[in-house]
Amino acid sequence: MDLYLPIAGMSVNALVIVLLGAGVGFLSGMLGVGGGFLTTPLLIFYGVPPAVAVASSATQITGASVSGALAHARRKGVDFKMGAVMVAGGLAGSVAGSFLFELLQALGQIDTTISIVYVLMLLSIGGLMLRDSVRALRPRATPRAAPRRHNRFVAALPWRVRFYRSGLYISPIAPFLLGLAVGILTVIMGIGGGFILVPAMIYLLGMAASVVVGTSLFQILFVTAATTLLHATQSKTVDIVLAALLLVGGVIGAQYGASAARRLPAEKLRLVLALVVLAFGIRLALQLTYRPGEIFTVDPA
Amino acid sequence: MRRLQLLAAAPLLLAAAPGPRLFAALSQPRVEISYGFAGAELLVYGAVQYPRGRIPDDEPRIAVVARGPDARVVVRQKARRAGIWINAASQTFATAPSYVAVATSRPVDELLDPQTAALWEIGLGNLALAPRGDATRAGEFARGLLDLRRRAGLYRQEPYGVHVTENILYRARLVIPPAAPVGAYRVAVHLIEDGQVVASVERPLDVRKTGFEAGVSDFAARHGFWYGLAAVVLAVGTGWAASWVGRR
Repeated sequence: MDLYLPIAGMSVNALVIVLLGAGVGFLSGMLGVGGGFLTTPLLIFYGVPPAVAVASSATQITGASVSGALAHARRKGVDFKMGAVMVAGGLAGSVAGSFLFELLQALGQIDTTISIVYVLMLLSIGGLMLRDSVRALRPRATPRAAPRRHNRFVAALPWRVRFYRSGLYISPIAPFLLGLAVGILTVIMGIGGGFILVPAMIYLLGMAASVVVGTSLFQILFVTAATTLLHATQSKTVDIVLAALLLVGGVIGAQYGASAARRLPAEKLRLVLALVVLAFGIRLALQLTYRPGEIFTVDPA
Repeated sequence: MRRLQLLAAAPLLLAAAPGPRLFAALSQPRVEISYGFAGAELLVYGAVQYPRGRIPDDEPRIAVVARGPDARVVVRQKARRAGIWINAASQTFATAPSYVAVATSRPVDELLDPQTAALWEIGLGNLALAPRGDATRAGEFARGLLDLRRRAGLYRQEPYGVHVTENILYRARLVIPPAAPVGAYRVAVHLIEDGQVVASVERPLDVRKTGFEAGVSDFAARHGFWYGLAAVVLAVGTGWAASWVGRR
């Protein structure tokens, strides 16, 4: 079924987009990852202009994170104080990111930048996930050393504040900067950034594990919503029809993914996802070195 | 006073000149892009009227050129730098038409000499793209632009796309692809004799978006903030509804 995307200015097969959303939603429901890092490149491969893919993917992530954030909030799994600091950082980051986005667009380097950052991100995240899941699968793994409270650079920052639910007494500068960095990535790459936030909150900030996922979803919800508003007013690249198709697929896929997760072994699934992420990164890296199909591109000036 | 008399007589003088007249019409004055738009076909048709109702022995030579609005574009060329392919050189063109369809009764080089063809911008190779800045390699970039847009169906050329019947009637079918931009298009028809353009007519063509989809892009352009807010509400609403259904 062909649908015309009003902002992308192209006809797409609606079923393909819904299935794409469902596939990513299935993975995210099953493994608890956002999946923006898969949606954006897949849309670009389908022929959606990168800027539209990035903006509309951010809109979809807003919808995908609502149910998770609500569920965690009900179970008191959100540190709202910590979340507010990270959202503030995220908003600053998304504004900064949108200026960076415009600058790179004017220079004609936005696509290459997106690809290079994706390669670095996918390879490092995939590598870390692979290491963790191999460790977890090994039956007699050496017990991990007791985790440090938090990184010593974080501990050195001034103006410390108590975050009760996180069980932390740290400077708000650290979560603010974390939110800022992820906010920039949200604008430029159309990702929620959960797979950066969660490890950073555990290993860098040393937050209590019970509030990590809920608080990261809280930050993602608000920062992707702000990113949608920013793209809608500044770059005018949010395609509401594309976002709606992704949302429909995403929520259906997430339901099936969640029930599949109960029947399938989570650690093996993590290993599979790690390999998928690595393969994606390697493919993208190789693609940068291949002679592209099109040597010329046309942009409005 | 004398000048005024001369001016009044001018049309009479022109009409008295023994030249053919060209008539043209479009099957529709407006093409509307809507949901499921899979490209539209436009029929350009008309007739040549020769003085005293004469019908020539040879078929008239006709060129039909349809053009979308011009736009400023930058064409970028990728090159290998440190092992990866990135955009390196670029060239700006001030007047690149967003859509061009050229249909002729014979190949352009048989109809016109290169200078005349360039003057009238008949044929894809004869577009005046107005390169800006250092234009030493403009030709290479122009070929890149032409090649890309030709494959996207936005630039089209049909060497035998004009069909002539009875040596006075002609028709040409033009395809407007889904990617064609909206705006005021112009369809020009030229009658060519001995390598010269002897008569031309032009018809406006309105390409626009209609229906829900046009409303969406119009609203997005005018009220970006409210459009963004609507997108956020849609996303949050869908997520909320899904979690409500999921808990039942």
